[in-house]
Amino acid sequence: MVEIQNLTKEYGKIRAVDNISFTVEKGEILGFLGPNGAGKSTTMNILTGYISSTSGTVKIAGKDILENPSEAKKHIGYLPEQPPLYMDMTVNEYLDFCANLKSVSSKEWKSQKKDIMELVKITHVSHRLIKNLSKGYKQRVGLAQALVGTPDVLILDEPTVGLDPKQIIEIRKLIKALGKNHTIILSTHILPEVSAVCDRVVIINKGRIAAIDTPENLSKMLADFSRFSVTIAGPQNKVKDILSNLYGVKYLEVSNKMNDDEYSYIIEADKDVDVRKPMFNQLAQNGFPILELKSLNLSLEEIFIQLTTTEAKEVAE
Amino acid sequence: MFAIMKRDFRSYFNSPIAYVMIGLFMFIVSFFFNDYLAYGSSDIMSGVISNMSFILLFFVPIMTMRSMAEDKKNGTEVLLLTSPVRVTEIVIGKYLALMGVFLIMTLFTLIFPLILIIFGSPDLALIFSSYLGFILYGAVFVSVGLFASSLTENQIVAAVIGFVSMFTLYAIKFLASFFTGFLYDVFTWLSLNARYNDFMTGIIDLTSIVFMLSFVAVFIFLTVRVTERKRWSQG
Repeated sequence: MVEIQNLTKEYGKIRAVDNISFTVEKGEILGFLGPNGAGKSTTMNILTGYISSTSGTVKIAGKDILENPSEAKKHIGYLPEQPPLYMDMTVNEYLDFCANLKSVSSKEWKSQKKDIMELVKITHVSHRLIKNLSKGYKQRVGLAQALVGTPDVLILDEPTVGLDPKQIIEIRKLIKALGKNHTIILSTHILPEVSAVCDRVVIINKGRIAAIDTPENLSKMLADFSRFSVTIAGPQNKVKDILSNLYGVKYLEVSNKMNDDEYSYIIEADKDVDVRKPMFNQLAQNGFPILELKSLNLSLEEIFIQLTTTEAKEVAE
Repeated sequence: MFAIMKRDFRSYFNSPIAYVMIGLFMFIVSFFFNDYLAYGSSDIMSGVISNMSFILLFFVPIMTMRSMAEDKKNGTEVLLLTSPVRVTEIVIGKYLALMGVFLIMTLFTLIFPLILIIFGSPDLALIFSSYLGFILYGAVFVSVGLFASSLTENQIVAAVIGFVSMFTLYAIKFLASFFTGFLYDVFTWLSLNARYNDFMTGIIDLTSIVFMLSFVAVFIFLTVRVTERKRWSQG
């Protein structure tokens, strides 16, 4: 549905986007992940034809965005980072205008409009001026705008920014639901969003692709150990002895002194070995009670930081 | 194209801008009318219409300043440029919306010739040619203002650029007097006022009409270029 080949965008000497290639299949939700300034928005702006690329091609539904812009743009619904709203219009007027702009026939629009407004839950504010709506509602109107004309491809630039947690969950559900009939590319720097919504992730850093894979594979790929923190009452050297002799423990560190003879430790162990049970038994035998135990999973956050700081593994598809 | 025209046109009348402008314009023009015609006991409109076009210098930049600049500032430009509508259509739509406001403003001033017709016997043909000249003159100014508005996202800057450019166009005949020979000819040829004065004296010259309309076309073209340029910018 969306084919991107060797896309590069240069601003003077700065390469905002550096030789990016990937394809998105029909009905797929692709997450576009990267730190601020990584080139996410630039790429999206190129995909939608708002700005041009220096080199490389973008094809939407087989149509080149530069050679055949009008045709290609018909297949795109775009929600930019800042929703493109006319503040002096009511929601109704605005959506009608968008439908006109995208030359949706009035008959088609009549049947579509109600569905779209219900889908993003803005029916009850449809007569209000956009400038009087809250940020969350503005975002929804922006999303509604992208849905006008039921385009095949939805490109959403940070769609949940500025929403409250409840709204975020709603919008994510909505995106998931939309993903059944649309191809969706969404950018974000919020990682849980990716694991919650996306089928596949592109991690981009300094304009380059650092990794492309499913969120699950990315987690597996990088997290080859389990990690937890434990607080134990007992003399440090004795406890340390016990812990380091446990089977599977690869790394041990005293992270904090809580009280006299109460320390917390960070332990990293083989992923296949559960060290918690033997640890409990051993410590109990020696009379050193565990006061607190919590697992520190390698989150997507950390994976992300690893990838974007070292650019270690370049996984091409 | 018509979607954009309709939206912009409405937005001018949804905000106080159009009303304030038309009101103020009528207020000032009625002074001229009073001065020239009522006190002067004349029924020749041309003088008033000449003055109307001079005040356009101050009104048109304020009218046009938001046209493109506001879209840039609010990010709605993205909506327009990523829609299947071509840039030329966008710009023409915006131009037509502005012309709509301008024409409505002009329509209101028709009350003055109407008064003349009721209380005197003015030369209708002269009034017609003067108005034609005025509208063409306005059309040129609006295109210049639109162009100025496409250069920046700051409305005030757009208004200032618009005013300076319009003033230059207005005063180009005067500039011509600094030169001789070829440059004098070029500046004189470019002068809108010379052609405009023809209309005011009742001469409808096809070349003048074509000249004014080409001016509009050139500035619309430039506006399209400027808007497209941003997409291709490398810096």
